[in-house]
Amino acid sequence: MHDSTLKRAVTLSGAQRPGKERMLLIAAVLLVACVLPLLLPNYRIFQLTLAMIYAVALLGLNMLTGYNGQISLGHGAFYAIGAYVAAILMDKFDVPYWATLPAAGLVCLVVGFLFGLPALRLEGLYLALATFALAVATPQLLKYKLIDDWTGGVQGIVIIKPDAPFDLPLNPDQWLYYFTLAVTVVMFVLGWNLLRGRIGRALVAIRDHPIAAETMGINAALYKSLTFGVSAMYTGIAGALGAIVVQFVAPDSFTVFLSISLLVGVVVGGLASIWGAVFGGLFTQFIPNVADSISKAAPWAIYGVVLIACMYLMPDGIAGGVRRLWLRLRSRTNR
Amino acid sequence: MAALLDVRGLKAGYGAGQVLHGIDFALEDGGIAAILGANGAGKTTTLRAVCNMVRSAGEVRLSGERIDGVATEDIVRRGVAHVPDGRGTFAHLTVEENLRLGAYTSRDKAAVAAGLDTAYGYFPRLAERRRQQAGTLSGGEQQMLAISRALMLRPRLLLLDEPSFGLAPLIVEEIFAIMRKINREQKVAILLVEQNAGLALALASHAYLLETGRLVISGPAAEIRRDESIRRSYLGY
Amino acid sequence: MEAFWHQVFSGLAAGGVYASLALALVMIYQATHLVNFAQGEMAMFSTYIAWALIQAGLPYWAAFFLTLGIAFAGGIVIERVVIRPLAGSSVLAVVIVFIGLLVIFNAMAGWIFSYIVKTFPSPFPAAAPFGNKYIGSHELGVIAVTLIVLVLLYLFFRHTKLGLAMRAAAENPVSSRLVGIRVGWMLALGWGLAAAVGAVAGMMVAPIVFLDPNMMSGILLYAFAGALLGGIDNPAGAVFGGFAVGVLENLIGAFVIGNELKLSVALALIVGVLVVRPQGLFGQRLVTRV
Repeated sequence: MHDSTLKRAVTLSGAQRPGKERMLLIAAVLLVACVLPLLLPNYRIFQLTLAMIYAVALLGLNMLTGYNGQISLGHGAFYAIGAYVAAILMDKFDVPYWATLPAAGLVCLVVGFLFGLPALRLEGLYLALATFALAVATPQLLKYKLIDDWTGGVQGIVIIKPDAPFDLPLNPDQWLYYFTLAVTVVMFVLGWNLLRGRIGRALVAIRDHPIAAETMGINAALYKSLTFGVSAMYTGIAGALGAIVVQFVAPDSFTVFLSISLLVGVVVGGLASIWGAVFGGLFTQFIPNVADSISKAAPWAIYGVVLIACMYLMPDGIAGGVRRLWLRLRSRTNR
Repeated sequence: MAALLDVRGLKAGYGAGQVLHGIDFALEDGGIAAILGANGAGKTTTLRAVCNMVRSAGEVRLSGERIDGVATEDIVRRGVAHVPDGRGTFAHLTVEENLRLGAYTSRDKAAVAAGLDTAYGYFPRLAERRRQQAGTLSGGEQQMLAISRALMLRPRLLLLDEPSFGLAPLIVEEIFAIMRKINREQKVAILLVEQNAGLALALASHAYLLETGRLVISGPAAEIRRDESIRRSYLGY
Repeated sequence: MEAFWHQVFSGLAAGGVYASLALALVMIYQATHLVNFAQGEMAMFSTYIAWALIQAGLPYWAAFFLTLGIAFAGGIVIERVVIRPLAGSSVLAVVIVFIGLLVIFNAMAGWIFSYIVKTFPSPFPAAAPFGNKYIGSHELGVIAVTLIVLVLLYLFFRHTKLGLAMRAAAENPVSSRLVGIRVGWMLALGWGLAAAVGAVAGMMVAPIVFLDPNMMSGILLYAFAGALLGGIDNPAGAVFGGFAVGVLENLIGAFVIGNELKLSVALALIVGVLVVRPQGLFGQRLVTRV
């Protein structure tokens, strides 16, 4: 039941040639996105920035888990690595904030690829287990005394929020919003290009029919490890952005619950779907808003219930639901 | 006399494919019937369909009561024992544990003990190996174990799927002789699926021949045995 | 030398907790080939229930056994309601549901009982037995309780009809149906037992690490490491693995890399076992189906 729906989610994913309507829709969304920070209070701008950052991280995770079928419960670790790389570079080496992104991306690309190598030998459940262990161990690793001088230990590192360049009439929150928006668009376009062509199809083939994929000449091992690397890179860049926007990194921000919320975002947004990353980002950022007023634990209770409900009712997430709605509307107008 | 097992219009299949296309057959109390046919004809599927182990449609009656749609565990509790192809023994459990599991649905400790004695009586080799792991037994011994486990249920109907498969001829003869004995002494009806038509026809009183999911021949085993043209075209000897 | 033995004994006590939780994991794995990521949180939540019962005035052992019963029932309900409908789903779907359960139990504990750390009583006397310097009463008690649970489970599975049926259902569900075993209920019972065993682990460790919703996440990791080390499909192996991890973790933490990095030992063990020898020390060769 769930398998076929998950597979259907792939063929119906957003990684296809865009029709004219789709281009119009994307343009409209971008226009709204550009205008919003001029209208909203700083706090909302901050939240939207975080939602975009999350979307980038989710796109990374989705590549690995949705498209390529490798279950990662530990992507919070890559987010943490990216965040710390950015923080350490800015704090200790006075590297400008924008230059930390490629650095974080590169470090995570390498670490992710290296992690992907032993991961080749781990099937589904065991990979989930290993990445879960990574997620649980991450805060402790970050607090390790020997690297205290770099990481700032339990207290972490505080970063100064950058001002808008060229004396633009934007406050730091607005500037960071636009900066993040630009990075997000670039990452999504890159990702969309990767996933809609041969590479995307190869990833899906490896996920669904690994033996057949090999016989068709796809080097599954190389693809899988590279996917791990690229996926980690995306999440690492998101982590770096996150550090800059939040102005703070500390080990206890990167617990297993970060990895879990990334998983929630990917599942609820829609596995194997680019739009899913966007929906997931919005969902994970704004649900706590709504739920926090009930109780500190409420957002997580909702995450848990939603995770389970999604698997039963909506395995292809919000993106799948939207897609189905969209198709139904189109068929109605085409009559 | 009402049949013990009465099957009408049985259809069955796996996934999207259809294997049985509507077959009818019956078996009376204490009788022995054989289902014959080539590989892929649907013989194993027939036995599985009777026990509701595959997706199926049609009417299956046990002593007049409908059992199609009833869960396998409950069909078993009504006295139907099935020895599946591949024997289905619990490889990591001991011989005696396998036998006790056969009597799982029984609450009568004395009956279970008596059942064990009967099984060891029919198959002394099992008694020798009672504490051995079932997976370490030879093919023939596993078949003996599988049949004994089925008998622990004190079934009215015993379904046997290819009991001769992979076994040396001497062992097969031994097993068939004991099956005849069991049928006589315990009045257990036997529905037998076999590729070895000669053996099956020697044991059964009635036979059904399946070809690609349809019944092509049905009649007394003795007649089918005598009919050379049937034997040559369908049974290969 | 005294320090060494002290670490060994407290490692054995911690190992008892890991062994219990590892056993619960293996019980579910054997029946379903699934690793229950939520086992730790279920154990934690059961411990909170015990705490609430004790707060309500029940004597310790009454609360203990009542909690076992509640955990048992809860495990059965979860299997029937949440896990059963997933039969035949992809690994990803099942893992997601387990994580969902993990999150729900964690959140429910925080919501109902708050995140304030609480103390949980130990049924064992405070003074070390015979005034010795190597092992405390509670630690000795934990080891004893773990061993009692193990013996009881062993007797149940080896010498009762129901235990035999559960073993059969885990090994070969098809053949089990053919002898009249209701396989579905055997699975549910397995979950119930696993939940109860997990509750024991939670109640044994809570006096040491104090009761808070996040108390079990590290312990779950050690339990995973122990279960994998011993063999994820071998109950005795998992128990051995749990004790081994407990002692190893203590010794390495005390004498090699320092106590703050103990979890990374578990991580290294998990990844190491999975990559080098996935069936662990005593498990069976796992065949990856093509």
